[in-house]
Amino acid sequence: MDREVSSHTLLASVRKEQRDAASFVLDVSLEAPPGITILFGPSGAGKSSLLDCLAGLVRPNAGKIALDEHVLFDSETRVDVPPQRRRIAYVFQSLALFPHLTVEQNVAYGLRDIAGRDRHERAEEILQAFRIARLQNQRPSQISGGERQRVALARSLATKPQLLLLDEPLTGLDAELKASIVDDLRAWNAAKRIPILYVTHSREEVDALGERVIAIDNGRVVSHGAPMDVLDAPRRKRLAQAAGFENLLNATVLDLREPDGVMRVRLGESACKIEVPLAQASAGDRVQVAIRAGDILLASERPHGLSARNVLEGKILSLDRRGTMCIARVDCGVTFVAHVTPGAVHALELANEKRVWLVLKTHSCHLVD
Amino acid sequence: MNSLSLSFELAGCVATILLLVGMPVAYWLAFSNWRGKFLLESIVALPLVLPPTVLGFYALLAMGPRGPLGKLWIALFGHGLAFTFAGLVLASVVYSFPFAVQPLMVSFEAVDRKLLDASALLGAGKWRTFCRIILPLSLPGVVTALVLSFAHTLGEFGVVLMVGGNLAGVTRTVSIDIYDRVQSLEYGEANRLALLLLAIAFAVLCFVYAVNRRVWTPAWTRWTAK
Repeated sequence: MDREVSSHTLLASVRKEQRDAASFVLDVSLEAPPGITILFGPSGAGKSSLLDCLAGLVRPNAGKIALDEHVLFDSETRVDVPPQRRRIAYVFQSLALFPHLTVEQNVAYGLRDIAGRDRHERAEEILQAFRIARLQNQRPSQISGGERQRVALARSLATKPQLLLLDEPLTGLDAELKASIVDDLRAWNAAKRIPILYVTHSREEVDALGERVIAIDNGRVVSHGAPMDVLDAPRRKRLAQAAGFENLLNATVLDLREPDGVMRVRLGESACKIEVPLAQASAGDRVQVAIRAGDILLASERPHGLSARNVLEGKILSLDRRGTMCIARVDCGVTFVAHVTPGAVHALELANEKRVWLVLKTHSCHLVD
Repeated sequence: MNSLSLSFELAGCVATILLLVGMPVAYWLAFSNWRGKFLLESIVALPLVLPPTVLGFYALLAMGPRGPLGKLWIALFGHGLAFTFAGLVLASVVYSFPFAVQPLMVSFEAVDRKLLDASALLGAGKWRTFCRIILPLSLPGVVTALVLSFAHTLGEFGVVLMVGGNLAGVTRTVSIDIYDRVQSLEYGEANRLALLLLAIAFAVLCFVYAVNRRVWTPAWTRWTAK
């Protein structure tokens, strides 16, 4: 049982019809080599259902799940290894720590095949690795949220799994705490090298963790690759919103300037015209343009001598302070949302009704189909 | 043996048997996905709505020398089942069944399913998950089942009368004893026994409700108290 685990690659293709006929069908094929692979997509896209299928908690209608040549599920040959023999660790969003057991008992729960002393040592080792050794005699209700997350990770990894599934395990933690837990996870996995599937709908977590990203929407893989490639060229609207593109604007293509690699579009029904990167389109086509609020510059006078091609004049509709950030809504014929620092609000004397100029780099404007 | 200690012995036997038999039934009712589950649920709940005399009547028929249970019992032990302590235990087990199964089922169902999934993913089979997760987290339900089936058996009258008759030291329980004494106008003695049963019933119910409201948190419920 306690054989040393070599690294495997997860190969899965899963088809699962949801009970409720109106909802989408989960139909996904993916490959996850050792290391962290992020499953990214909006809530309800099918990410958790996919993990449930991989873990064996839910039986797919069809498909095959294997860790290299070791088959866990195959609808054709009728293989269906039960969850307790899949050697897959799964950390739920709710963590599901056993409330009546201590931290050490929780972590040692999966180690019953190991004799007493070794078992204690193994638990000790993993408690140390995740910096929770001092909590070993506490119960889950007595420790903090971040500590609980560490316990859940440690518990699932103590069994030396061949695959780790994480379903938004770090939601609700502040960035610093998140980063330190992720560092510990990375350090642990540097030696073990198992595939880790990490589900999130948070753009920040993708940036912090990213090695590979698989974007899922409506039960299907919509794109995969390096985080920059997947997230910065969103090809789907819902994904764009999930990825933090606060501005999603309807536009009509005016003309293509192929030598410059750009095309001009008119935004909505307004007179606003901007340049966006060239795409397969022709004049008159309807497209959508996604722009991050953080990519928009604000100026209190008409700017000169800029490389940015798009300068739009407008009027501030509202300013909302959110923590260390200010959200400005600006009317330029269409309404833009821009993020500025409180310092900039002060320096530019921004206020409602004030006339401002928005500056957009061409390559900050992403086309969505 | 006086009627009070006989009643306690009967209630103790019945509560113990019910706990052992009730657990698998409650487990199945809580976790099975079978669509016909309501059938078993209805059967389990039958004693709640049937008059004890109806239940007792059929129990008597089954246990009589020509009934299936009676025949089996005679074949095994050489004597009949009706009007014996064993017969009384058997009928009482049926009569108090819902009082054991329902609290167990409710507390099993209340265990977070994610904990059961987590246990399976950590390599535990169903039996280990039951012993290490479901049972400890259902302790208030187990205590409730035990106490309620004990108390309900202590207070039963109709079934005992039908199946057990009124044999001193064998089947004369305290509730029948009270009836007897009233019939023979021994009001003083009847009152003494009746008051005792009243006090016991009240104490038992106070205990059950307190456990479920976590008035005091005894050691074994501390885990589930968030």
